[in-house]
Amino acid sequence: MTDEYDDRPLESVEASDEIRDKVRMDLSGGDVSATTTGGLWRTAGREIIRKKSAIVGMALLSILLLLAIFAPVIAPYDPDQVLFDEGVSPRDPPCVHILGCDADQPQHILGIDGNGRDYFSRIVYGSRISLLAAFVAVLFAVFWGTIVGLLAGFFGGWTDNVLMRVMDVLLSFPSLLLAIAVVTVLGPGLINAILAIAIVTIPQYARIVRSSVLSIREQEYVSADRALGVTRWRILAHRIFPNTLTPLIVMATLGIATAVLEIASLSFLGLGVQPPTPEWGSMLAAERNQVFTAPHLVFFAGLMIMWNVLGFNLLGDGLRDAIDPRLGK
Amino acid sequence: MGRFLLRRFISSIPVIIGILALVFALARMIPGDPCRAALGERATDEICDAYNERYGLNDPIHIQFGIYLKDVATGDLGQSFRFGIPVTELLIQRLPTTIELAGAALFIAIIVGVPLGIISGYRHNSKTDVATMIGANIGVAMPVFWLGLMLQYVFAVFLRDTPLALPPSGKLDAGLIPVPFYELWHLPLNGLTEFLSEFTIMNALVTFQWEVFTSASLHLILPAVALATIPMAIIARMTRSSLLDVLGLDYVRTSRAKGLRERSVVLKHALRNAMLPVVTIIGLSFGLLLGGAILTETIFNLTGVGKTLFDAITSRDYTVVQGFTLVVAVSFVIVNLLVDLLYTYLDPRVRVS
Repeated sequence: MTDEYDDRPLESVEASDEIRDKVRMDLSGGDVSATTTGGLWRTAGREIIRKKSAIVGMALLSILLLLAIFAPVIAPYDPDQVLFDEGVSPRDPPCVHILGCDADQPQHILGIDGNGRDYFSRIVYGSRISLLAAFVAVLFAVFWGTIVGLLAGFFGGWTDNVLMRVMDVLLSFPSLLLAIAVVTVLGPGLINAILAIAIVTIPQYARIVRSSVLSIREQEYVSADRALGVTRWRILAHRIFPNTLTPLIVMATLGIATAVLEIASLSFLGLGVQPPTPEWGSMLAAERNQVFTAPHLVFFAGLMIMWNVLGFNLLGDGLRDAIDPRLGK
Repeated sequence: MGRFLLRRFISSIPVIIGILALVFALARMIPGDPCRAALGERATDEICDAYNERYGLNDPIHIQFGIYLKDVATGDLGQSFRFGIPVTELLIQRLPTTIELAGAALFIAIIVGVPLGIISGYRHNSKTDVATMIGANIGVAMPVFWLGLMLQYVFAVFLRDTPLALPPSGKLDAGLIPVPFYELWHLPLNGLTEFLSEFTIMNALVTFQWEVFTSASLHLILPAVALATIPMAIIARMTRSSLLDVLGLDYVRTSRAKGLRERSVVLKHALRNAMLPVVTIIGLSFGLLLGGAILTETIFNLTGVGKTLFDAITSRDYTVVQGFTLVVAVSFVIVNLLVDLLYTYLDPRVRVS
C-alpha cells in the first residue's frame, strides 16, 4: 500500500489532496476489507473442495435444491391431487414396476398417503418448504442478531447490558420450548413457525457478533479510524461488520440445519405448517399412528428431514474448517 | 471460591426475573378467552365475570404480575383450569416421569458417547474414527420424533416375536399398578413422598416389586434411546476433538517420555483435561433433552412434563403453561449454574481468573 503512494509524484496540491483522500478512504473504508474478505473466501473455496464432508454436504444439498427447483417436472402428480379414481386405496405400499410391481398397477414409487395422494410428489414438493422456511428463519435471525450484537458490542455500557440480559433470558429456555410458546401466542402456521424459530435463535447470532465486535473494537486500525475522525456508524459498517461475517456465515449454515429440524418439529406437533401443504414434519404427523401398518409413510418423510439437516451440518463443518482451521478438527 | 460462587449465583438472579416476566407475558398473550377455554364456550358472561374476578384476571397487568411474583415465591403456581388441581400438584405427578426419562437418556448418551469419542480421538483417522464420526453426523441430523417412531416399528413390529421385542409406548404393562413405597412403609402421604413414589423404577426397586421394575425399565428403553441419540452424537464429537487437542500438548509428550504406560497417559493424564469442554456440552444437552422430551413423550405416550405442557398449550390451560415453562426454564438455569460450578472445580484456572 505504501509503495503505491510512494510511486506517485507529488506534482500539485490537488494531487496530494487526492492521495490524502485515498489514504483516508483506505484506512476507514470498505476497499481494504473487501479485498481481505475476497482473499479469505478464495482461500476458503480452495480449502473446502478438499474437505470430503463438505463435498458430501454440498452434494446432498444440491440434490435437494434440484428437487425443490424442478419439483413440477420431477413430481409425477400434483401434491394435493387425490387419486382414488385411478384405482389406488389409502396407504398403498410403494409400487415400482422395475422392482417387480405388477405392470397393471399405477406406479407410485413411495406409495399412497392416507388421503389417496402420491407420496413421492408430496415429498418432492416438501423440499421447497423445508429449504425455504429454514433459510428465511435463519436470515431473519441473522439480521436481528447482527444488529443486536453490533450495537451491544460497539456501544457497550448500559446498551450492552440491557440487550445482552434480554438475550440471556431468551437463551435460558430450551429452544424448542420457547418456539412452542411463541407459536402458541402467534397462532399456528408456517409464517409464525418461521418467526418463532427466528426469535429463538437471535441470541446465538447476537452473542457471536458481539464477541467479534469486542475484539475488533480494540484493534489498532479501529483506533486509527477514530483518530482520523471517522464517524462511529462508518466504523461500524465498514470496519467491524465485515470482520464479523466469517463466524456468522459458518454459524448460519449450521443454524439452517437446526432450523430445518425445529420447523419440522413444530409442524409435527401441529403448530407449524398446516395440512394439506406438503411439509415433511406435518406429513409425518398425519401418518404417525399408522407407523405399524404403513411404515413407509413415516420413513421417507423423516429420511428427507435427516437428509436436509445432514447436508447443512456437513457443509457448515467444512466451511468452518476451511475458514478457520483452528476451530474444528 | 466462595466469592466466585456468590457472584455466579447473583448473576443468575436477573435472568430468573427475566424468565418470570417473559413467561408471564407470553401466557397473557395467548389468544382466546381463558374463562371460555376452562369452562367451555357456553359459559355465560356473568359466570365469566365471576371467574375472572376470582383468578384476578380483571386486575391491571402490573398488579397481576406482582401477585404472580408473590405467589411463585410462596410456591403457589396457581390452579389448573383443566384438571382442577394446583399446578404444583400436577408437577409432583408429572415431573418424575420426565426426570427418569431425561436421566436415562443422559446416562446412555454419556456411557456410549464418551468412550466412542475417546476411541475415535485416540485412533484418529482410523476406520473406527471415520465410522463413529459418520454415525455421529447422522445421529445429530435425525429428528427425534422420527427416530422414536422408527424404533417403535423395529422393536414392536419387526422384532415382535424375538427376545429383542420391546414395548412401544406407555409407562407400564396394562394392569400393572405399582404400590407406592409410602403405603408399604406406612409413611405419611405428603408432597415429597408422593413426588418420590412417582419415580416408578426407583419406587419398584426399593420396594422389591420386580414385575413393575422390569416392565417400567423395558418401557423406558426406547424413549430413552430416542432422546439420547442427539446428545450422544454431540458428546462423542466433543470428546473426540477435545482429546485430539490435548493429545498434542507438551505435557502429554512429557508423560510419554517419562515412560508412563500409554493407557495411563490417555485415560488419566489427557482425559482429565479433555473432559472439561465435554462437561459444558453435557450441561447444554440438558436443554436439548427437555425440548426433546416434549416430542418423545408425545410419541411414546408418557405423561411427563413435556406431554402435559403440550396438552396444556393446545387446551389453553394458561396456568399450567406458565408454571411448567417456568419450572423447565429455571431448572435449565440451575443446571447451567451447576455445570459452571463443576467446571470451576475441575479447572482451577477458571477460579483464578
